[in-house]
Amino acid sequence: MQNEKRFNVKEFFMKLFKRQIFIPIAALLLLALFNLIVDPSFYRITLGYNSAGDPVLSGYLMTILDYGSELAILAIGMTLVTSASGGQDISVGAGIAIAGSVILRVLCGTNSRPETLQAPIIVAFLVSCVVAMLFGAFNGALVAYFKIQPMVATLILFTAGRSIAAWINNNELPIVSDPTFSYFGGFIPGIPIPTPFFIAVVCMIVIALVLKFTNLGLYTQAVGINESSSRLNGLNPAFIKFLSFVILGLCVAVAGLIKVSRLSSINYSVIAKDIEMDAILAVALGGNSLSGGKFNMTASILGAYVIQFLTTTLYKFNVQSDALPAYKAVVVIILVVLSTPVVRDYLSGLGKKLNLKRNVKEVG
Amino acid sequence: MENKTVLEMRNIHKSFPGVRALQGVNFTLREGEIHALMGENGAGKSTLIKVLTGVYGKDEGEIFLKGKEKAVAIRSPQDAQKLGISTVYQEITLCPNLSVAENMYIGRTSGVCQNWKKMNKDADKILQSLDIPAKATQQLASCSIAVQQMVAIARAVDMDCKVLILDEPTSSLDDQEVEKLFGLMRDLKARGVGIIFVTHFLDQVYEVCDKITVLRDGKLVGEYEIKDLPRVQLVSKMLGKDLDDLSDIKGENAAYDKEDASKPVFETEGLVSNAGIKPFDFYIKKGEVNGFTGLLGSGRSECVRAIFGADRVIGGTVKKNGKVIKITKPLDAMKNGIAYLPEDRKIDGIVGDLSVRENIILALQVLKGFFKPFSKAEANQFADEYIKLLGIKTASADTPIKSLSGGNQQKVILARWLLTHPEYLILDEPTRGIDVGTKIDIQKLVLKLASEGMSVTFISSETDEMLRTCSRLIVMRDRKVVGELSGDDLTQNKIMSTIAGGDRE
Amino acid sequence: MKKKILAAIMAAVMVLGLTACGGAKETASSGSAGGSGDLIKVGIINNDPNESGYRTANDKDMKNMFTEANGYQASFAYSLKNDEQITAAQKFIQDGVDYLLLSAADTAGWDSVLKDAQDAGIRVILFDRTIDADPSLYEASIVSDMAKEGQNAVDWLKAQNLSEYNVIHLQGVMGSAAQQGRTGALDAAVAAGEMNIVTQQTAEWNAEKAQQIVQSVIDSGESFNVIYAENDDMAKGAVAALDKANISHGVGKDVIIMGFDCNKWALEELKAGNWNFDQQCNPFQAGYIDEIIKKLEKGETISEKTIVMDEKGFDATTITDDDVNNYGI
Repeated sequence: MQNEKRFNVKEFFMKLFKRQIFIPIAALLLLALFNLIVDPSFYRITLGYNSAGDPVLSGYLMTILDYGSELAILAIGMTLVTSASGGQDISVGAGIAIAGSVILRVLCGTNSRPETLQAPIIVAFLVSCVVAMLFGAFNGALVAYFKIQPMVATLILFTAGRSIAAWINNNELPIVSDPTFSYFGGFIPGIPIPTPFFIAVVCMIVIALVLKFTNLGLYTQAVGINESSSRLNGLNPAFIKFLSFVILGLCVAVAGLIKVSRLSSINYSVIAKDIEMDAILAVALGGNSLSGGKFNMTASILGAYVIQFLTTTLYKFNVQSDALPAYKAVVVIILVVLSTPVVRDYLSGLGKKLNLKRNVKEVG
Repeated sequence: MENKTVLEMRNIHKSFPGVRALQGVNFTLREGEIHALMGENGAGKSTLIKVLTGVYGKDEGEIFLKGKEKAVAIRSPQDAQKLGISTVYQEITLCPNLSVAENMYIGRTSGVCQNWKKMNKDADKILQSLDIPAKATQQLASCSIAVQQMVAIARAVDMDCKVLILDEPTSSLDDQEVEKLFGLMRDLKARGVGIIFVTHFLDQVYEVCDKITVLRDGKLVGEYEIKDLPRVQLVSKMLGKDLDDLSDIKGENAAYDKEDASKPVFETEGLVSNAGIKPFDFYIKKGEVNGFTGLLGSGRSECVRAIFGADRVIGGTVKKNGKVIKITKPLDAMKNGIAYLPEDRKIDGIVGDLSVRENIILALQVLKGFFKPFSKAEANQFADEYIKLLGIKTASADTPIKSLSGGNQQKVILARWLLTHPEYLILDEPTRGIDVGTKIDIQKLVLKLASEGMSVTFISSETDEMLRTCSRLIVMRDRKVVGELSGDDLTQNKIMSTIAGGDRE
Repeated sequence: MKKKILAAIMAAVMVLGLTACGGAKETASSGSAGGSGDLIKVGIINNDPNESGYRTANDKDMKNMFTEANGYQASFAYSLKNDEQITAAQKFIQDGVDYLLLSAADTAGWDSVLKDAQDAGIRVILFDRTIDADPSLYEASIVSDMAKEGQNAVDWLKAQNLSEYNVIHLQGVMGSAAQQGRTGALDAAVAAGEMNIVTQQTAEWNAEKAQQIVQSVIDSGESFNVIYAENDDMAKGAVAALDKANISHGVGKDVIIMGFDCNKWALEELKAGNWNFDQQCNPFQAGYIDEIIKKLEKGETISEKTIVMDEKGFDATTITDDDVNNYGI
């Protein structure tokens, strides 16, 4: 009986090990363990009140939940783009600058420092959604219909995006003074959990429903794995790729709302700087192949929070913030090397050998 | 080794996991000879070429070259080049964005410096002497495909090659360009170069070649003087059937005989796609099994791909039950009840990383629509039903299709299309590379489906398979329909003579 | 149908993209049209005007001064990267400008290109940023003395007579003159044991990064009472983090907020008592440059190479509305 139980546990771990989601979970556990050993106070969460007198939870975990959320939202779109096109969109940060600039432009009208909002926030958000999706469509069209490599195609917006963002607001720096606008990147009065997390949850639910009630997942993966075969099965590969970029555009608009809401302002050249790298890293950390094909959305989202966990941990240990990319690069290298067929074959061979040894031992 | 021989390959063996690609093949090439290497797909031609050019190492055997006492070792394409063996492939392997001269000298210059003036002058001299209409300084991409091919040959000639291999050089050329190429080949022949010519076009073989070596199933069938081997015999040697011992093995055919059996379900008129076939007329009746036959590259697949909308249709019409339908993409064909099992399973058929289940439901799912995914239960039911029906050997419906054997992958693709309950099923080489048992299963299934009223077009490289299943055969040669056989005409002899065609002249 | 809609979207996007590009270009080369002989040709190399409010004001000031109406034909180039700026300088030299006005991204690496300019008879005037090069290579340098700014700010901080100084130091992009100057004074005070650094991090002039860094300090539970941010944006990010954790800041509150550059909105914060101190960094060098060029054109010599602009520090308790309007950028 006991023997059998042990066997099941082993099988469970073997199964987990084979599952894709194992990678981000393992990374998360590793980081969590590291923090637990070095400084358990990392996990302290305190309930306090912010300057507006509303209850807020604070602590490193809340920070992760807060800043990881915008990354998780981007990871959703980036996963689809990666799967369908086998490439990545590097214009995400510039896209956020544009989307954020549009929101502020609509909210502030022609005056860059208005006393009151010139338009409802929802209108500003919807306008920015449309604009961000148009820019997504631009990227998508280059990739899908002109067959330009995704990284090269999105390089255009990567270069031009921030100037476009500045141009939208005539190079001025609008500031929104209405406190309700700060709720999206901060806290809603009375709710002590950061709003970005709720927004991310909504996005996750929406994408889960979309994946369940449409064929987006199947089509995207089929196109990413074998474009020619997908076409012969009646799919339109170009349109699916195009669509994935438009969806990413929507995610960019949502992330843009959170970003500009945090400071109720914008700085075109530095807002969401390098965030595309984190989003791509989240997809990779989720164990998804960066050359397209099968994807696991849950793993990508988890990957996003793991990235933020890493960032926050590095901040906690006072690592110079301009050195952060170097640490992340190390993670990327490890991941990429681990996912190459050479290492995989070696590891699975090693696993088999170990198993064999154990079996021999048990028999002996 | 006689004096005029430039190349002799003796007793070459080469195996790949599970396949014995070459078994004791001999091949001899003499000075100033154009030698055709013939055989059906999988006969071992390209393996032999690759052994000769050092792409593959050989398992056994020896290669002798003129002027070398001992057998030579060719371990890499560079070795082969040094020994004077040059290859020009079907696809241009030069750099289109460099100039003609640069392409001719790339990778061959010694040292760091390059005398550009001299290079261009030398190149022009060679081009002139070979009568190739190109300038040294011209960008390669601005030349026609034929000229590009000639530049590749000029490069080979300038490298002082003794053996020139032309691997399907004519497949993307038009008639005039082919003539030019032949002119160049004859010129080289006069200079004493030995040329190995690989092609699927019989007419071209008889136009330029002196000798033919035929391979089949990795074995040497024989070496023949061109004048001793009429076309029909060449075809029979390639297919492995002697003319005399062909028996009429026509199988029991479909028993579908309702009233609507006689009228065509699908018809084409002057249909032509951008894949290089000539316009063709075709029809299929309800419950009929017919087939396209012809050598590989004769345009069989391109015809059915045009019907399915897989290649871009540039002319002609398709009718369903007498009414013109518009098919511009595969989905249109699917909506009209056409299913197409493609020739290349790996590239066009399977979606490798997806599960068997997802691969089975894919086509039906696409037909059903983006917003109406099957529930997990439905999908499982479909998958289980067809796994059982076709006897697909898989660990589970969740297994990725790429880990299945070829035959089982093919069955999954077949299941995918049967699930859509098509009126017209097109099977392009459904039995290639799969074991005998599965082959017979598929043939039986085809006949059964037909007897239930499905129309089937069956394409296979194996003629006896076609004879067993089809009641009518459309014969193709050089990308056009050259005949149609049915009833008593359905014999190996008749098929071969129709394929060979040219003997009538 | 679907295709048509798609085509329409594509077209719209393209047009949008084009107009956007047009907009961007316009700022990059305004005034370069026309070419009558008596205009003075100036090539202006600046940092990206989007970088900060300081830069935006600076760029606007330059654009207003160097117009055809004022007798100039100006070309502009923007970059935050030294090598791109050097490339732009080489281009201007080739174009044969009369004056090269330069606000260098980095202090090092300018010798050879400035020598080229000298050989070509082009006169170089530095503004806003100094460089590590032989002074003979340029005519004049109009600068803010960053070290003096930092000293000003640190002197003000010392004058507050706090019982202890626990400082969060938010630095600009490492290696920039502003960062080095503003960090220097504080580092000296720390070395002298007068102050204690809780954390010293670069937030790269970026408000979001500053917010995360301060958030991290708050999460760690360490106590601090001064935030020394090397520009207003970073101070703003820091304040956002404080607000979230309900840590009071400003005049007479728990944490002292210090910024640099005197953005108008920052001075307003000062006026409202939310911040304590802001050190001016004068962005209006165009007037000084104009004067120098006029002198040089007349053949006069410049007596002093380095011209340090007047810069003030503002205390929240003494700032007036006039200050906000006059010095806010």
